[in-house]
Amino acid sequence: MVNYLIKRIIMLFPLLLGITLITFTVIHLAPGEPVEMQTAMSPKVSAASRARLREFYGLDKPLHVQYLRWLGHLAHLDFGRSFAPDNRPVTDKIVERIPITLKLNVIALILEFGLAIPIGILAAVHRDSLLDRGISVFVFVGFAVPTFWLALLCMYIFGVKYSLLPISGLHSLGYERLSAFGRFWDFTKHLILPISIATFGSLAGLSRYMRSTMLEVLSQDYITTARAKGLRERVVIYKHALKNALLPVITLLGFSLPGLIGGSVIFETIFAIPGMGQLFYQGVMARDYPLVMGILVIGACLTLVGNLLADVCYAVADPRIRHGRG
Amino acid sequence: MSEPGRGPFQECWRRFTANRFAVAALCLIVALFVLSLGASLLTPYDPDAIDAWHVLLPPSAAHFFGTDELGRDVFTRVIYGARVSLKVGFVAVGIAVAIGTVVGLISGYYGGWVDTLLMRLVDIMLCFPTFFLILAVIAMLEPSIWYIMVIIGLTGWMGVARLVRAEVLSLKSRDFVSAARVLGASDRRIIFRHILPNALSPVLVSATLGVAGAILTESALSFLGIGVQPPTPSWGNILTSGKDYIEFAWWLSLFPGLAILVTVLSYNLVGEGIRDALDPRKQR
Repeated sequence: MVNYLIKRIIMLFPLLLGITLITFTVIHLAPGEPVEMQTAMSPKVSAASRARLREFYGLDKPLHVQYLRWLGHLAHLDFGRSFAPDNRPVTDKIVERIPITLKLNVIALILEFGLAIPIGILAAVHRDSLLDRGISVFVFVGFAVPTFWLALLCMYIFGVKYSLLPISGLHSLGYERLSAFGRFWDFTKHLILPISIATFGSLAGLSRYMRSTMLEVLSQDYITTARAKGLRERVVIYKHALKNALLPVITLLGFSLPGLIGGSVIFETIFAIPGMGQLFYQGVMARDYPLVMGILVIGACLTLVGNLLADVCYAVADPRIRHGRG
Repeated sequence: MSEPGRGPFQECWRRFTANRFAVAALCLIVALFVLSLGASLLTPYDPDAIDAWHVLLPPSAAHFFGTDELGRDVFTRVIYGARVSLKVGFVAVGIAVAIGTVVGLISGYYGGWVDTLLMRLVDIMLCFPTFFLILAVIAMLEPSIWYIMVIIGLTGWMGVARLVRAEVLSLKSRDFVSAARVLGASDRRIIFRHILPNALSPVLVSATLGVAGAILTESALSFLGIGVQPPTPSWGNILTSGKDYIEFAWWLSLFPGLAILVTVLSYNLVGEGIRDALDPRKQR
């Protein structure tokens, strides 16, 4: 087990290097430069000051020098300074967006798993029943619905037509003057739509996955044995089958790690939520290289760590894997 | 000549057609193609014709899906928009399948350090949050539908590469491959004549599902305003005006979204249908 872990951790380094290399190449090979974007609107900017600006951002150096410099800073967890006029460190800009995105996504994640697991179990236990078919239809529609469209429809129905919920931002006007409870309620109301839609977006895949792992477990011999012993169906399903069926779902929990901090560009744009996705979108539009590269690298690294965590949890939970590879 | 219904292809087709949902979905997709190709015959309106007297009209007999903020007929724009979505789906997935197949074939057939290197590249590419990566690249390029297709393709080949590699690994130790080698066939001949045709069936499934994913991605990009640029209609950019006019015109949001939903759903159902038809363990 320890050997396996060490091997996996050593394997991370070349992958990390590859991530930084691809991020850097992709961003720098694209035509056009941040300096041109910033100066294109003002013809009065002279060639000399343009060159000064390039030098200030370090864009005058050859690409490999720029890469190594950036990599050196990354090694100290320094993502550089934003190209935006405020010129703040990228790390600060990212860190201040984390809480809201994290809050939203953690609640959504809990709801997703909390709903998907029972739905999947129900569908598997009552296989081919009307209920299972109904859930199947829901799953297929859930897979195909563009979430931003769903968001628009909900905004129309709940926000415009019946004015039940606010459709944008996190706080109402005059939020500061509300009581503590009033603030909480106001904040909650703003979160209901984004969270429900985020949850719905991944519910389909998750519940289908739960259904198929449950079905697989239910077809195994030890379940037949348990039934043959005369155990009650409840005990067979919730005690014998569920434990093994839940194992692969742990893996998915690991995969959700990057999404927790990464957020969603589309959602945050639609609902005007000042989170990580919105920051990335603004950075991309302004060609803020350090910011865009920073978020891409963080996102990719989180995926890497998430995968590792999932594998480790899996190995801890399943002795067959632990002894097979360790 | 094989007996009717006996060849492997006929057998698959029979099993595919036994799945009512998949067949219905396939018909829908075909209908969509006909609709989008024959768009100019099916509607009296020009998708770009601005009509200041008929702005934001609700659905009626004259305008099935209503009109938008410039008085353009939404039904016309939705069926013209289908062209964009169908094109993006096919070209993007074509690129992804081509890259993925080549990488998977090389990786699986040659093994060794080539395999290690390529598979690490796959691992790395899979780490990136795909939509963020696509967004970063697309936003920096001149807006063009071709760039969108290429970028979606370039970020979507990894799954196919893994599938093909796994198939090749299991195929290359089979007797018929050894026989070809003993007979003196070149690597290229073995790969393309003997291994590739046998490795393609799982690719077909993932390609069909990939088309659905590409359509969703394109509509999201266009919705954000960095995909297909107006006045060219696409389902995503009609939804952008749907968002801007959500308080006055629900029809601008409803119909293009339904079109995306139905199309993506159909591709998914066909993909699942093919998967079941190809899986010999699932006898009906």
